[in-house]
Amino acid sequence: MSAETLGAESEPELSGGAATLLARYAESVLWLARYIERIENLARLLDVTKTFASGAGDEAAWVAILRINGDVEQFYKKHSFANGESVAHFYLLDRDNPTSVPASLHWARENARTLRALISTEMWQQMNVFYSQVLALKEDDLLPANLSRLCNFLKEACQTHTGITEGTFYRDQSWCFYTIGRHLERADQTTRLLDIKFGRVIDSKQAADQAVEAGEWNTLLRAVGGYHAFRRTHPHGFLPRDVAHFLLLDGAFPRSVGLNLAQADWVMSQLRSRYGLRGILPALERVDTLRGRLSSQNMVDLLRRGISPFLDWMQKELSLLHADLVSNIFSAEHAPVKPQTQTQSQS
Amino acid sequence: MATDDNPTLRTEGTPTAGSWDGYDPGAFFCEMLRLGQDAEPILAAVIERIGNVPLGELHHRARDAERDLLERGITFTVYSDATAIDRILPFDLIPRIITAPEWKTIETGVKQRVAALNLFLHDIYHDQKILKDGVVPSELVLGNQGYCKEMIGFDVPQGTYVHICGTDIVRDENGKFLVLEDNARTPSGVSYVVENRHLTLRALPDFISGLKIRPVDEYGLRLHRAMIEVAPPDVANPQVVLLSPGIYNSAYFEHVFLAREMGVPLVEGHDLIVLDGRVFMRTTAGLAAVHTIYRRLNDDFLDPDVFRADSTLGVRGLFDAWKRGNVTIANAVGTGVADDKAIYAYMPRIIRYYLSENAILSNVQTHICAEDEGLAFTLDHLEELVVKPVAESGGYGIFLGPFSSKSERETFRAKLLADPSNYISQPMVKLSVSPTLCPTGLRPRHVDLRPFAVTGRDTWVLPGGLTRVALREGTIIVNSSQGGGSKDTWVLEA
Repeated sequence: MSAETLGAESEPELSGGAATLLARYAESVLWLARYIERIENLARLLDVTKTFASGAGDEAAWVAILRINGDVEQFYKKHSFANGESVAHFYLLDRDNPTSVPASLHWARENARTLRALISTEMWQQMNVFYSQVLALKEDDLLPANLSRLCNFLKEACQTHTGITEGTFYRDQSWCFYTIGRHLERADQTTRLLDIKFGRVIDSKQAADQAVEAGEWNTLLRAVGGYHAFRRTHPHGFLPRDVAHFLLLDGAFPRSVGLNLAQADWVMSQLRSRYGLRGILPALERVDTLRGRLSSQNMVDLLRRGISPFLDWMQKELSLLHADLVSNIFSAEHAPVKPQTQTQSQS
Repeated sequence: MATDDNPTLRTEGTPTAGSWDGYDPGAFFCEMLRLGQDAEPILAAVIERIGNVPLGELHHRARDAERDLLERGITFTVYSDATAIDRILPFDLIPRIITAPEWKTIETGVKQRVAALNLFLHDIYHDQKILKDGVVPSELVLGNQGYCKEMIGFDVPQGTYVHICGTDIVRDENGKFLVLEDNARTPSGVSYVVENRHLTLRALPDFISGLKIRPVDEYGLRLHRAMIEVAPPDVANPQVVLLSPGIYNSAYFEHVFLAREMGVPLVEGHDLIVLDGRVFMRTTAGLAAVHTIYRRLNDDFLDPDVFRADSTLGVRGLFDAWKRGNVTIANAVGTGVADDKAIYAYMPRIIRYYLSENAILSNVQTHICAEDEGLAFTLDHLEELVVKPVAESGGYGIFLGPFSSKSERETFRAKLLADPSNYISQPMVKLSVSPTLCPTGLRPRHVDLRPFAVTGRDTWVLPGGLTRVALREGTIIVNSSQGGGSKDTWVLEA
């Protein structure tokens, strides 16, 4: 795979280096992308879990979502039992839950508000409409018969955002930070999705190269929108090592960890060469190391050893990558959005 | 005045087509019908065009415009939740029209006033001639809470203190323009002017079609040019920024709008840092120099070293950098003394003193309660007068004599006597009305006008300005906090 070449060909146009970008804006725009990507992935997770879960009593399937989001403890403070209704409520209606869709969207919108002078009017407008639609969600929308439709709506609204951004957002430094945010989040979410299913389907006792029941893989790949692409590249069945390779290392699948790291890498190197941001270097070094470690993995070995520790390590590295940007570019005192306690009126 | 449930009152010349049914401005000057004035063909055409649209269709278009605002997140909301705090003034569909000769009067009058304000500010922070000559009482200026001692002896670039001025103008029952107050600190509302025009163009293409109306969309360019003109000299490409208190400020929408229109960064206090008397902003590539700051932050928050020490919105050392001539702050600090309601009473004399001209735009007759004569008059005529605290803005604390009960008057009399120097009084101006879309049809509602003047080397006035309308029947206070809305303002080409 030649990610640099791919990147250079697919993103040839960036504006020149004249315009400066406030550090605070850079952080906000990165968070904007992350929150939207997070919502899309949460919708995908809920949708796939609903399909996987064998019935109302399948608590393990729903706990898995809570576990990978680190929400188990918070959840059981509010609910006694994890099932489709309670978990959907927790993630889709509960505004007090910081990892819920309404909470993520709230913060996406607050960051967009901060960035209003920078982003396109269309981006802002769609964000507003989306936000009001999510605030209007009711318990009925979460009923088993409606949940898939709702997840689909969330997914499409996020994709609309992504499309508007692709078509209207000026490609300068701010676009670079937006793009980094999207790819970091997407890489992170794909590792979580892998964890939720490989942790369950494959354990160390099963051979990774043994074909498994097609239904679950089918659903997993559909959840990331990669079913047909996978069939096309692997026409002979579902081998776990192939699915793992596809989601971790494939150079052309938009949600594979490897592709997202390659794209983040390319954008970071643009920030260094085109915009002269020296502060990007630590993150750039980390992403290079990460890509090296990832590409040297043997899927069969990885699955035999158990994939979870590797995925955990990957998630930790991705969060350190974000931290590199915070400490070297955004700087500690530049939180993206902090509620002001002081106010003043204007005549 | 006419009420919504009294549709039979109709004077001669009132159009009779659908939406106009029951429209009666009564004794007030109507900005659209202009009874008693020579017919203005464009106005007649607009009246007819409006009349040709059924009421239901007008409401339909108004709802579309409201949805437009809502979707763009710039609307005010009837729910008291804080999700759409950006825009406070609702939009009324029916435009307010200003003829070319009327605009000439307003434009020259505003320019004259801004020139006088800047000369006055320079004088009171330097030689204080106007005080020594006894034209304005010294204690009124020097003891004013808007007077900033730190500004004494400091020369601002181009002598411009008030770069952006909003002059609040009303019309009386004879259609005469009167200045209600000057806003020389951080006047807001210009974003509505431009947004309202966009809304009108979308909602009323058939009303506006073929009419020659002065455009409003060059405001950002003019403002940016002025900010560059007042930047410290010897800077090749001055960097302008807009300093905002942040996204929770009620005028944040406008800050965004202005930053975008000027194409400059919208910064908050913590984005800026002063090093060695120079101002920088924190960027992804490190610190970048800043030369002009259009600040939408009040004086006392600007620099914790000089003003409120607890300000977290300002920038430490900013005032010093300004005094060293390394950065320009617009509007200047200490302009509040000039738009004070007590100083306002002296504006005609201030204009004459500096410019040897009579004021083109008259003041509303004003009694200063700090003076014995003014206080006595006010106490004697409490039921006829509007009494205003001098230090408040936003329509707060205003006492409306004609609408008061006996006990309210007694309560207020005690308040006034306890602190007379805090008040001025004025006769109740019978504010002009403009047809406004109400549930039962077009109804007369009171309006004012705030033109915006931008001053760098010289002064430019945005054609039109913000027309605020008191949406509640009978109300004359047009502030957003008091149930006011806004209208598009059309200035006809000469």
